[in-house]
Amino acid sequence: TRRTMEQLDSRTIYIGHRSCPASEAFIPPPKFCDNRIVSSKYTIWNFLPKNLFEQFRRIANFYFLIIFLVQVIVDTPTSPVTSGLPLFFVIIVTAIKQGYEDWLRHKADNEVNKYPVKVLEDGKPVDKDSEKIKVGDVVEVKENETFPCDLILLQSSRDDNTCFVTTASLDGESNHKTHYTVPDTEKDLDSLSATIECEQPQPDLYKFVGRMHIYKSNQEPAVRSLGPENLLLKGATLKNTQKILGVAVYTGMETKMALNYQGKSQKRSVVEKSINAFLLVYLCILLSKALVCTTLKYVFQNKPGQDEPWYNEKTQREKDTNLYLKMFTDFLSFMVLFNFIIPVSMYVTVEMQKFLGSFFIGWDKDFYDPEIKEGALVNTSDLNEELGQVEYVFTDKTGTLTQNNMEFIECCIDGFQYKYHDSSSELDGFGVTYGPMSKLQQKAGWEREELFLRALCLCHTVQVPSAPQEEKGFIASSPDEIALVKGAMRYGFTFMGLESKTMKILNKNDVEMYELLHVLNFDPVRRRMSVIVRTRSGDTLLFCKGADSSIFPRVKLEEVERIRMHVERSATEGYRTLCVAYKCLSAEEYEHADKGLKEARLALQDREEKLTAVYNQVETGMSLIGATAVEDRLQEEAAETMEALQGAGIKVWVLTGDKMETAKSTCYACRLFQRNTELLELTVRTLEERGRRREDRLHELLLEYHKKTVQDSPLAKTRYSSWSVGNQDYGFIVDGASLTMVLNSSSDSNTSHYKNLFLQICQNCTAVLCCRMAPLQKAQIVKLVKNSKGSPITLSIGDGANDVSMILEAHVGIGIKGKEGRQAVRNSDYAIPKLKHLKKLLLAHGHLYYVRIAHLVQYFFYKNLCFILPQFLYQFFCGYSQQPLYDAAYLTMYNICFTSMPILAYSLLEQHIGMEVLLCNATLYSDIAKNAMLRWPPFIYWTLLGVYHGLLFFFGVRLLFGNLALPDNGQVFGNWSYGTIVFTVLVFTVTLKLALDTRHWTWINHFVIWGSLAFYVLFSLFWGGIIWPFLSQQRLYFVFANMLSSVSTWLVMILLVLLSLLPEILLPVLRKPRGPHARQVQLKQTRTQTLYF
Amino acid sequence: MVKEELSTENRPDNTAFTQQRLPAWQPILSAGIIIPGFVLIGLAFIGIGVALLVTSQSIQVMEIDYTGVDQGSPCFKCTDSTVSNCKCEIEFTIDKLFEGPVFFYYGLSNYFQNYRKYGASKDASQLSGDLDYFTSPATECDPYIKDNNDKPIVPCGSIANSMFNDSFVLSRLINGAKEVVPLDGKGISWWTDYNVKYRNPSITPLKNAFNGTVKPINWPRPAYELDTSDPANNGFINQDFLVWMRRAALPNFRKLYRRITEGNYADGLPAGDYSLEITYNYPVLSFDGRKKVVFSNVSWMGGKNEFLGIAYLVIGSLCVIMSIVMLIVYAKFKFPDED
Repeated sequence: TRRTMEQLDSRTIYIGHRSCPASEAFIPPPKFCDNRIVSSKYTIWNFLPKNLFEQFRRIANFYFLIIFLVQVIVDTPTSPVTSGLPLFFVIIVTAIKQGYEDWLRHKADNEVNKYPVKVLEDGKPVDKDSEKIKVGDVVEVKENETFPCDLILLQSSRDDNTCFVTTASLDGESNHKTHYTVPDTEKDLDSLSATIECEQPQPDLYKFVGRMHIYKSNQEPAVRSLGPENLLLKGATLKNTQKILGVAVYTGMETKMALNYQGKSQKRSVVEKSINAFLLVYLCILLSKALVCTTLKYVFQNKPGQDEPWYNEKTQREKDTNLYLKMFTDFLSFMVLFNFIIPVSMYVTVEMQKFLGSFFIGWDKDFYDPEIKEGALVNTSDLNEELGQVEYVFTDKTGTLTQNNMEFIECCIDGFQYKYHDSSSELDGFGVTYGPMSKLQQKAGWEREELFLRALCLCHTVQVPSAPQEEKGFIASSPDEIALVKGAMRYGFTFMGLESKTMKILNKNDVEMYELLHVLNFDPVRRRMSVIVRTRSGDTLLFCKGADSSIFPRVKLEEVERIRMHVERSATEGYRTLCVAYKCLSAEEYEHADKGLKEARLALQDREEKLTAVYNQVETGMSLIGATAVEDRLQEEAAETMEALQGAGIKVWVLTGDKMETAKSTCYACRLFQRNTELLELTVRTLEERGRRREDRLHELLLEYHKKTVQDSPLAKTRYSSWSVGNQDYGFIVDGASLTMVLNSSSDSNTSHYKNLFLQICQNCTAVLCCRMAPLQKAQIVKLVKNSKGSPITLSIGDGANDVSMILEAHVGIGIKGKEGRQAVRNSDYAIPKLKHLKKLLLAHGHLYYVRIAHLVQYFFYKNLCFILPQFLYQFFCGYSQQPLYDAAYLTMYNICFTSMPILAYSLLEQHIGMEVLLCNATLYSDIAKNAMLRWPPFIYWTLLGVYHGLLFFFGVRLLFGNLALPDNGQVFGNWSYGTIVFTVLVFTVTLKLALDTRHWTWINHFVIWGSLAFYVLFSLFWGGIIWPFLSQQRLYFVFANMLSSVSTWLVMILLVLLSLLPEILLPVLRKPRGPHARQVQLKQTRTQTLYF
Repeated sequence: MVKEELSTENRPDNTAFTQQRLPAWQPILSAGIIIPGFVLIGLAFIGIGVALLVTSQSIQVMEIDYTGVDQGSPCFKCTDSTVSNCKCEIEFTIDKLFEGPVFFYYGLSNYFQNYRKYGASKDASQLSGDLDYFTSPATECDPYIKDNNDKPIVPCGSIANSMFNDSFVLSRLINGAKEVVPLDGKGISWWTDYNVKYRNPSITPLKNAFNGTVKPINWPRPAYELDTSDPANNGFINQDFLVWMRRAALPNFRKLYRRITEGNYADGLPAGDYSLEITYNYPVLSFDGRKKVVFSNVSWMGGKNEFLGIAYLVIGSLCVIMSIVMLIVYAKFKFPDED
C-alpha cells in the first residue's frame, strides 16, 4: 500500500544503499520488511486472548462454553463446575500444547534471526544479527554457511566468477549447483553504483527475473539480466567457495524459503465427518430429551396438587417469574442436565489418540531404511485412520515404483545396436581398452560412434566435484545424465569437467577441449536439452538429447525410421530412452542464435516464453545419431507391494510423465498388468489410427471401452469389489493429451458425459496407467476421482517436485524420501523411505488406526448415552424437577477419570488382528473399506446397545428399590444411594464392555482396565469417607460404603452387569459359523500353519 | 524388552512397545469356553435365585393404609384439615407369630421428596452445628429462611419444614385390655448421619443455641424439644429427623419409624389382635398422597423383594437354555475348533 504504482510489479534495490548518479531522480527506497523470520503464531502478550479466541472458534468448545455460561447464569441442577472443569482442562491442555509448539517455533526463529552475519559497511565487514539485514545490504558469506536472505551474487572468491551451493535444506537436492556473478560488475564493490530491478517476491524457487543497472561515470548505464542462476536463496549453503559477496534482494518473510513454508491446506479425515454427523444425532437426542422433559413437566404440574404441594412451596421469585421464561429456563436446565451426552473429553481423547498413535509410525523399525538412515516421518497426525480407508492409490513411476537409480544398458547408433557386456571386469574402465562396443550385428561407422560418444560426453550439465575423490563421482540434478556420462566412460570417453567454459574430454589418452557456448536447459515441456560448443578447430556444434517424441519431429525422417524400432523395443523392455541428435551451426546461424539467446535472457517480461521460442528455433534441422537406453530398476518389493494393494481392494493408478511404452513395461514388471489383462488404450496413437477426426474417435473409443468394462462386466451386475477371480481384468492406459480432450471437450455437454464415461471405465479396471502427465494433470486426475460418486478416499505417493500437486490434492499424501529432493516429503502427510513400506503403512498401521479410532468414537457415544439415559429416566420419577441422578463428582469425573484411560489404551494398543496376519491377508483391508465401522448401521447398533444398557441400569435398580430396606438392619436407602448404585453398575459395565472388545491384552490394558475399576472403588470410598470442608452438601457421605454393606445391592449389580454384557458375549458366538469374518481368517490361518508345519 | 543395535542414531528404538509387539494375551471367546461358562453361570444364578426367593418368601410384611380416604375408615375424620390433634385407631390381627425383630415403617405415596428444589432446600452447615448459619441460613432454604418477623428458621428449608409428624402407639389387645408394645427409636437412622454428618452445636443446654431463632413453621415444637423423653435425641440428631432428612429416591417410599426389639416382643409380635393409635397430623390428600404403616422383618438380603430372586432364576435358566441352543447350533454347524 505504501508503494507507488510502478513499483507494484517490481522492486528497485540500491546496492549498498547508495543513490545513483544517474539522471533519474532518486526515489527514496520503499520500506521492505526486515530479515526477521516469524513462523510463530503468538507473542507472550497476545497468546492468551488469541489462543482462547482460536479455541472457542471450534464449534464444540463454543458449545461447551455456552453450556457453562448457562450453568453460571441460570439456576441449573448441576453446578457450573461439572462442565467448567472438563472444559477448562481441555482448553488448558490444548493451550499448553500449542504454547509449547509455538515456543519451539520461537526458539527456531531466534536461532535463525540472531545468527551472526557480516554486512559490508563502508567497505568493511561488520558483524550483525541476521535479522538486521536490510534489502540492499551487501552481505558476506563464507564457505559452508547458509545464506541469511535471498542474495544476488556480486562477487565470488573463485576465479571463474561462480560459486557452488547446495539447496539440500530447501528442496533436498544435494548436488552442487553453480551460480554465477553478475557479469561485468566492478571488482571494487565500494565504487559500484548500481540498482537492481526485480520482480516482487514469489514462491517459485526456480524462477527469478531481474535486471541490474550499473552506472559508471559518464557512461550510459549498463544493463545486465539477472536470472535464477544469479540468485542465492536463503537456506541454501555455500560450498566449494571460500566466500562470496551478495546484495540482499528479498529478506525475512519475503524470501522464497519463507514464502514456500506458508499455506499448507488443512486436510480433514472422514472419521471427523462421521463424528460430526453422530454429534448432530446426539444433539437432536439431547434437544428432544430436554423438550420432552419440559413438556411433561408442565403437563405434570397441571395435575391438581402437583404444581406446588404444601411441602415444596415456591419461593416468591418463582411465583413472580413469567411462565414462558420459566419454561425456557427449565428447558435450559434440562439441556444442562443432559449435556453430558455430548462429551467434551471425546475431543481430547481423539486428539490424544491421534497424536500419540502417530508415534508408532515413526517408531516402526520396519520403516527404517539403512541406506538413507531414516525412518518414516509423520507430518500430520490427523489422517492416521485415513490410511485404513484408501480406495485409490495414485503412484508416481520414476523414483517411486522405480529406484531412480539409472544404469546405462545399451545404445543404438545409426540403427545398429550396441550392448555393453559387463562380463569382463569392472577394471574395464576408461581408456584401457578402446572400442569394447561389442557388435551385435554390424557396426556403424567409426566416426559416427565417436560422434555419438562425444555427444554423450558434452550434452549434459554434470559436474565433476573439484575435490578429488577416490571413486570417480559425478554430480547432476538428474540421474539419467550421470548414467549417460558413465556409459560413455565405459566406452572410453571420459568427461573430465568444466573449467571456465571449457569442457574437457579424455578420449583414450588424448584430452579434447570444447568451449561451451550455450546450454539450452532441460525443461519438462520441451523434454530435451542442448548444448552449443565450439571445437578446437572452430566448428560450432549443437548436441541435443531428449525424448523421442520431442526429437523425432526435428530430425530427418529417414533417420527416424532406422532408430524408431530400437527406441520402441527398448521402451517395451522398461528402459528409459533418449535420442541424441546433433547439428553443425554455420557462423551466421550461430550468431543469430547467440543474439536471440542473449536477448531473451535479458528480457524482464515473459523471459521463459521468449527463451523457449529461441530454443525451438535453434533446435531444428538436426540429424539423429542414435539413442540410448537406460534402465531404471524397480524399487525393492515393488511388485509385491502393488499386488498386496490390489489384493486389499485398492485400485492402483500409475501417473507418470514418462512415455507410454516405458510406463507400460514398468506396470507389467510391477504386476499391475498381468499377462491376461486386456489393455484398453486411449492415447494419441489410438485416437489417430484409422485417420478419423480425433474427437469422433474419442467418442467411439470411450463408448466401446465403457461397454466392455461397465455394461458387459459381471462385476457391474453383482456390484462386488474387484478381487473376485475368474473375470476378465482390464487395464486402462490414457495419456496426457487424450486426457485433456476428455476433460476439456469442445462442448460442455460432452465434457461431463465424457468425464463420467471415463471415470466409469477407470473404476472398472484393475489398474490404470496415465502417462505423459504434466504435474497439474496428475492433480486433476486425483481431483476427478476424489470428487466422483461415493467420494472415495485417495492416496498419492510420489517422490519428486512434480508429484507435489497430487500429494496435496489427495486425501492422504505420501512422500518418498527419494533422490529427487525433499519437496514431496515436505508437502506430504506421511513420508516413508521406500515404496515397499506403503504396504505395512496401509495394511497394518492404517487398518489398526482405523479400527482403533472407529471403536473409540462409537464407544464414546455409547458410554455417554448409557450414562445419561438413566438420568433422563429419573426425571419421570422426580416430577421432572431436573434432579440429577448422580452426584456432581461422578458427573464430572465419569468421562475424565473413570472411563477415559481404558479406551485410550485400547485405541493405542488394540490389534484385533495381529500385524503379521494383516500383512499376509490383504483382503482383510477391504473388510473395513468405505468407513465400514462408522456408518449408520454400526452406529445404530451402538446406540441401541447404549439405550439397552441405560434402560437396564435404571429399571434394574428401580425394581430393587421396590423395597427400600436393603441392608439387613432394616434402614432405608435414599436417592444418592440409588444414583450411586446405577453409577457403579454403569462404570463396571462400560469398562467390562471394553474389556470384552479388547482382543489384544497387553499389560497396559490390564493395568488401565482393572486400575480404572479399582480407582473408581477407591475414589468412591474416599470421596464418601471424609467430610469435605469445601463442599456445601455432603451428599455422598458414606453412601458408597453403606451400599456395599447390602447383599441385595451386590447381587443386583452383578446381575445387571452380566445381563448387559450377555448379548455382547452371545453375538460373536452365534455369528461365527456364518460368513468369512475377519476373525475366522485368522483362525484358519493359524490352523493351516499348525497343519502344515 | 529387547534392545539391540544401538549403532545408528536415527534408527527407531527396537523395543516391544515401540514396535507394537508387547506380549499380549489374546482371548478368543470360543464355544468351548462360552458353553460351559454359561452352564456354570446359569447354575450358579439358579442357585442364588432359589435362595433369594425362599428367603424372600419367608419374610413377613404387613401394610396398613391409614390415609382415611374411605368414609368408613377410622381415620376419615382426621382428613379434615380443620381438626387439630386428631387421633384415630386402627385395629388389625396377626394370624401367626410375626418373627422379630420387627421393623415398623411409615410409608408415603405420591410424595416427591426427590424434587430438586426441595432436596436442595437445607443448610448443611447449619445442620452440622455451625452457629454462624443459625443467624443467617443459606439462601437454598428459600422460602423457609426466615419467618414473618424476620427471625431465622432453624433448621431452615423445605425438607426440615415438611418433617413427618404423625406418631403411632402400637398396643396388643389381650382380653380387651391394651398392652402397649414398646417401640425402639434408636438405630433407625444411618450411623454416620447420627454420629458424624449432623451435629448439634456444642452448647448446653441445647436450647440456648437456638436463641433468636424460630422453629420451622410446620413444627409443633422446636428442634431442641423433639423428643421430650430422651434429651440426647434432640436437635439435629433426632433419629426421626435424620430419617426424614435422608431423601427418598422415588415418590413412593417408606421410612423406618421404630424397631420392635424389647420386652415380650423381642422375638416378634405374637399372633393376636393389635390396635394402632395414630396421631394424625400429616396432610397428604391435597396432593393425592397416601400414608401407610408397614410391619416387616428382614433377612440377610434386607426387606422382602421378590424381584431379585425371580430375576436370578430367569437369567440363570436363560443361560442354561442359551448354552443348550448353542450346543445344538454347534452340533449342526460343527465346532470350528475341531475342523
